[in-house]
Amino acid sequence: MIGEDDVRHVARLARLHLEQDEVGRMTGELARILAHIDKMSELDISAVPPTAHVLDVVGVTRSDRVEPGLSREEALRNAPAVVDDCFRVPKMG
Amino acid sequence: MVDTMRLTAREAKKLLVDGEVSSAELTKAYLDRIAAVEDRVHAYILVTADNAAKYSTKVDREMQAMRGPLAGLPIAVKDNMVTEGVTTTCASRILHNYMPVYTATAVRRLWDDHVVMLGKTNLDEFAMGSSTENSGFAVTRNPWDLGTVPGGSSGGSAAAVAAGEALWALGSDTGGSIRQPAALCGVVGMKPTYGLVSRYGLVAFASSLDQIGPLTRSVHDCALLLRHIVGKDPRDATSVVAPAPIELPSAERLDGLRVGIPREYLAAGIEPGVRARFEEAVALIEELGGRCVEVSLPHTEYALPAYYIIAPAEASANLARFDGVRYGYRAADADDVVTMYERTRGEGFGPEVKRRIMIGTYALSAGYYEAYYGRAQRVRTLVRRDFTDVFGEVDLVASPTSPTVAFPVGARAADPLAMYVSDVCTIPANLAGLPALSIPCGLSDGLPVGFQFVGPAFSENRVLDAAHALETALGFTATPSLGGAEAALSQSGGAEAASPTGDAASAPPEGTAS
Repeated sequence: MIGEDDVRHVARLARLHLEQDEVGRMTGELARILAHIDKMSELDISAVPPTAHVLDVVGVTRSDRVEPGLSREEALRNAPAVVDDCFRVPKMG
Repeated sequence: MVDTMRLTAREAKKLLVDGEVSSAELTKAYLDRIAAVEDRVHAYILVTADNAAKYSTKVDREMQAMRGPLAGLPIAVKDNMVTEGVTTTCASRILHNYMPVYTATAVRRLWDDHVVMLGKTNLDEFAMGSSTENSGFAVTRNPWDLGTVPGGSSGGSAAAVAAGEALWALGSDTGGSIRQPAALCGVVGMKPTYGLVSRYGLVAFASSLDQIGPLTRSVHDCALLLRHIVGKDPRDATSVVAPAPIELPSAERLDGLRVGIPREYLAAGIEPGVRARFEEAVALIEELGGRCVEVSLPHTEYALPAYYIIAPAEASANLARFDGVRYGYRAADADDVVTMYERTRGEGFGPEVKRRIMIGTYALSAGYYEAYYGRAQRVRTLVRRDFTDVFGEVDLVASPTSPTVAFPVGARAADPLAMYVSDVCTIPANLAGLPALSIPCGLSDGLPVGFQFVGPAFSENRVLDAAHALETALGFTATPSLGGAEAALSQSGGAEAASPTGDAASAPPEGTAS
């Protein structure tokens, strides 16, 4: 059964800040959703291979050729902060 | 005059070719309709009125150079397809100011065909939802009853077509997000075979399930739009060369067609009114020469749980890119980069997106991967095998598209599981990658009921032909009145347009020209 500590741990993994009231609400909701999902354990799937792709497509490659891409100016256009033609972020923790 | 409530793209093209109406006049008819009803429907996040007016005039002026089967026809585009120079928000506050520097391949193909874009339509944030109530900006209303939801996540596209605010529209479908709103709004919607339409520039939700497809007023229009967006794209390695071109459907009979009705789809939760309209349509198929038989898709009840692991798992990975570094909203005044990531995402994402990121991250985390994601992908194999087996016996599978008609705004918003059940009939086709289409098959209590055909991979022409014959026999011509409980009260359609910064001016302008 998922608890508040699990929710805080997963939120850290997901880099997602949750307020205290969100943690409580999320814990209840995830527990209910996961209980529904646990229906899958009724099935014996030990001999069933997982689906990797729905169509019979294998080895999709293309020629290794340089194609036009975004310019630096375009790549930076939506950035919240830019310095010296680079993305600017706060210091590492 | 142009009757935007009834005109099909096929008819509009004839008016253009015959010189009875210009592209500018046609486009203006839709912009006028948007101006008249949009404050009640809230189908659009952004109406690009000036661009549409200018471009349609250009198409008229340069008719010799800018011709083609779609030239001059206006269209609405779901706001999770990136469009160069036109904001693309995914109805999320985290992308409220995102201005793409490139264009999705499906949209680019239409632009290259000289289609006129009317604007970008509302959706559940990042396409996660079944009612369009999860939009970060406004709640779209169902034109058949403004007190009810249009379905989702392509609720804006479906409502725009139903309300005469668009001739047709593009949507995207991950678990039913084209077909369910099409059903609830009384229009045609199709999810093609996985890979048929490039996903390049479709902001990724669940990459192994997502497909772009048409929402239209007729099956013929659906085929016409689809045939112009399909094709292998070097920028989407999962896109494929269609084995056969998409044909415009003409079938009027269904002689010899074997249609399977999965008993599991009708087992539980189908409203009596929906079941009645569905059974009448089944009887019509028999009258047209088709043969309907009961079939079994035994793993149907496991499709929904498998989907609610696979889709959130892929979403949690895809949405990792929204971190306040390269685009979109960034939380202010964070002292270090991890705090900046966490607060940007905590403030920028809405509740349903957070829920799915949490489920997905949990399912992929150490110790749980095999129990959840691994198991779900094995269940997916069983769901696919069910279809493979059934398509040995029948040509198509048919079911109601949605177990219910449109439900009241707010009715399921507080209960994620109740909302997820909306997609119980549509999710299996996504898990199996199969083409599926919804057409309106009548009304129940004044609200539209959707009829779904599902076919084998790449059987689009068979699906479209069958749907065309059934559509013709059904003769569904009802149109919505834009009435309902909330019609008189129309406020903002629910959630106020808002930006994460609290600065309303920086949020996407709703229902205004770009």
